[in-house]
Amino acid sequence: MKILATVKRVPDPETSIKVKPDGSGIVADNIKWVVNPFDEIAVEESLRIKEKVAGSEVVLVSVGAKVAQEQLRTGLAMGADRAILVVAEDGLEPLAVARVLVKVIESEQPDLVVMGKQSIDDDSNAVGQMAAELLGWPQATFASKLELAGDQKTATVTREVDGGLETLSFPLPGIVTTDLRLNEPRYASLPGIMKARKKELKEIEVGALGVDVAPKARLVKMEPPPKRQAGKKVASVEELVHLLHTEAKVI
Amino acid sequence: MPSTAVIDFDSTKPTSPFYTDSHREWRDVLRRWLAKEVAPYVEAWEAAGEIPLALYGKAAEVGLLGLGYPERYGGTSAGIDHFHHIVTSEEAAQIGAGGVFASLMVHSIGLPPVLALGSDELKARVAARVLSGERHICLGITEPDAGSDVANIQTRAVRDGDDYVVRGSKMFITGGLRADYVTAAVRTGGPGYGGISLLLIELDRPGVSRTRLEKMGWWASDTAALYFDEVRVPAANLIGAENQGFLGIVLNFNGERLGLAASANAYARVCLVEAARYARERRTFGKRLADHQVIRHKIAEMLRQVNATQAYLESCAWRVQQGETPVADLALLKVQATLTMEYCAREAMQVLGGAGYLRGNKVERIYREVRVNAIGGGSEEIMRDLAARQLKL
Ligand SMILES: Cc1cc2nc3c(=O)[nH]c(=O)nc-3n(C[C@H](O)[C@H](O)[C@H](O)COP(=O)(O)OP(=O)(O)OC[C@H]3O[C@@H](n4cnc5c(N)ncnc54)[C@H](O)[C@@H]3O)c2cc1C
Repeated sequence: MKILATVKRVPDPETSIKVKPDGSGIVADNIKWVVNPFDEIAVEESLRIKEKVAGSEVVLVSVGAKVAQEQLRTGLAMGADRAILVVAEDGLEPLAVARVLVKVIESEQPDLVVMGKQSIDDDSNAVGQMAAELLGWPQATFASKLELAGDQKTATVTREVDGGLETLSFPLPGIVTTDLRLNEPRYASLPGIMKARKKELKEIEVGALGVDVAPKARLVKMEPPPKRQAGKKVASVEELVHLLHTEAKVI
Repeated sequence: MPSTAVIDFDSTKPTSPFYTDSHREWRDVLRRWLAKEVAPYVEAWEAAGEIPLALYGKAAEVGLLGLGYPERYGGTSAGIDHFHHIVTSEEAAQIGAGGVFASLMVHSIGLPPVLALGSDELKARVAARVLSGERHICLGITEPDAGSDVANIQTRAVRDGDDYVVRGSKMFITGGLRADYVTAAVRTGGPGYGGISLLLIELDRPGVSRTRLEKMGWWASDTAALYFDEVRVPAANLIGAENQGFLGIVLNFNGERLGLAASANAYARVCLVEAARYARERRTFGKRLADHQVIRHKIAEMLRQVNATQAYLESCAWRVQQGETPVADLALLKVQATLTMEYCAREAMQVLGGAGYLRGNKVERIYREVRVNAIGGGSEEIMRDLAARQLKL
C-alpha cells in the first residue's frame, strides 16, 4: 500500500508569537518551528498502517519554503520512506495548496492520503476537503479511528461529532484528516535521525506544476489579542456586586 | 520597563561550529522525550530512591541507551561523534536530577570495557540485552580500601578449573542494587596494577549480596555495596587477558571524563539560568535583585566561567574526535568543569536566598550533587596530579 502523509512547518505551539508592528504578519525570527501537530498524527497513523500491511510505503509531502526540509526530516526520522517538498512561498491559500497536492497525488497515485485536519498556524481546516473534491475522491475528516479492510480496498473511519460518534466507510483511494485522539505520535529516535539523512527528499519548484497559486484574498491586518488588564481587589461583597453591575455590566 | 529578553539554557550558549543538523535534531527529540517521560516524575523517583525499570526500555527505544554503540548490538554509531554525547549530557542536565541519569546511563561505564576487550561470545551474550534495556550492567572498581588508588584493589579471583572463585567487596557502585552484571576489577595476580583483571560477574550467582547506601545527593540512583563470598564465575567471563585489566580501566576513564565534564558544566549552566530567572523576579529594597550590582555581577561571573569551560570542553571533544588522547587536558577539563559547577551552585543558592534552601528546586538538588562530580571518576586532586605527571614537571 502507498500512503501519502502531509507535513506542514508551523511555529511551535509553545513559542510566544509576536505580531509585526505593521500588522503584516508575525515576527518569524527566533521562533521554533515544528511539524504541525495534526500532521504528526497523520504521519504516525501512516506508519502504523505500514507496520501492519507488508510492503507499504509512506511518502511525505510538504508545500512551503525550503526550510520545511527540517520538518520532512523529522517525519523521515519517525520512519517514513521518502519525502517530497514542493518549494513555494510561505502562506499559500488553502485552495492553492490543495491544487498543488492534487498534482503530487496524481503523479504518486497513493492508495490513501492522510492529512492533519488543520494546521495550527492558520487554522483553515480546508485543504483536505478541497483536495478530495478536486480529485473526486471520498473523504473522511476529523478521524478519531481509522481501520482498513483486510484487502485494503475500503477504509472505515470513526469521527467525533456533536453528541456521539459517526462511522463512515468508503472505497479507496480516499483522503482522511486526523483529529487529536486518533493516536499518540511516536518520538523520532536517534537511529531514525541518522537513517533519515540518507532517505530521498525530492524538491519540486511549485512553478513546474503549472497550477494557479495566485492569492484570491488579501491579508488586511493582523493584531495581537488585547492585553489582559490587571485585576482589582474589592473590600466587600456589596462592592463586588456593585462593580459587576456598573463596570463589568454582567449582572 | 523590565527587560523581557530571553535568558535560558540555549540563549546563554555561544554559537559553536561543532554542531550539525543531526546534533540539533537529536537535541530536539531528546528534549521532548525528557519533558514527557522524565521531568514530571523526578521528585517521585528521588523520593523512591530509584528510577522505574521500565524507563530503560523507553530510553532504548528513543536511542538514548544505544548512543555511540555498534549497530550489531542494537546501538547507533554511524555518524555519531562526541558532540552527540555533549548534547545528551546537556539535555539530561536540564532536568536537574543527576541521580536519574547516573542510574539510567550506568551502562556507559559498565559496558565499554566488555566491548573493547571482551570475547565475541561475551559481547553477544551481554551487549544487546543491555542496550535494549532488558538487562543492566554496572561498573565495580572502587572498594572500601581502594578508591583513588585503583591499583590497590583487594578483591581476589582465584582460578579453579573452568571457574574463578571471587572473594571481596565493592563500594559506592552506581546501579549496583538492581544490576544484572557488574564489570568488576579483581586481583588475579600479584600486587599493583599488573595483577588486575576485569571480570564480568552475574549478580544472581550464589555468594553475592548487596546493600543500599544512602547518599547526600543522587537519590534516584541506587548505589550499593557489593559483597562476594566465594562466588564461582566461569572463566569465559574474563574481559580481555588475565592481569591486563588496568589498561581497560584507564581507557574507560578518558571517555568517562569528557562526559562528566560536559555534564558538570551543563549543571553549572542550569544554576546560572535559574539564578538569572529568580533575580529578574525577586524584588528587594525597591528593585529587582537583578538591578543590584552585587547580584548582576554574580550572574556575569557565572556566565564567564560556564562559557570558558564550554570552550575548553568543545576543544577537548574536537581533539578526541581527531583521534588524539589529550590525557592531561581531559583531566584538567574535568577539574575545570566541577569547580565551575561548584561555583555556580554556590552562587545560585545565594541568589535564591531562603527559597533556594527549600527542597524541590533544581539548584538545591544540584548543590547536593556537586561533590559526587568532583570526587567520582577521578577526584580533582587526582586529576591535577595526573596532569602534572603528564607534564613531566
Ligand atoms: C555517588 C557515588 C557513585 C559512585 N559510583 C561508582 C561506581 O559506579 N563504580 C565505582 O567503581 N566507583 C564509584 N564511585 C566511587 C568513586 O569513584 C570514588 O569515590 C573515587 O574514586 C574516590 O575514591 P574514595 O572515595 O575512596 O576516596 P579516597 O581515594 O580515599 O580519597 C579521599 C580524598 O583524598 C584525596 N586523595 C586521595 N589520594 C590522594 C593523593 N595521592 N594526593 C592527594 N589527594 C589524594 C582524594 O582526592 C579525596 O579528596 C562512586 C562514588 C560516589 C560518591
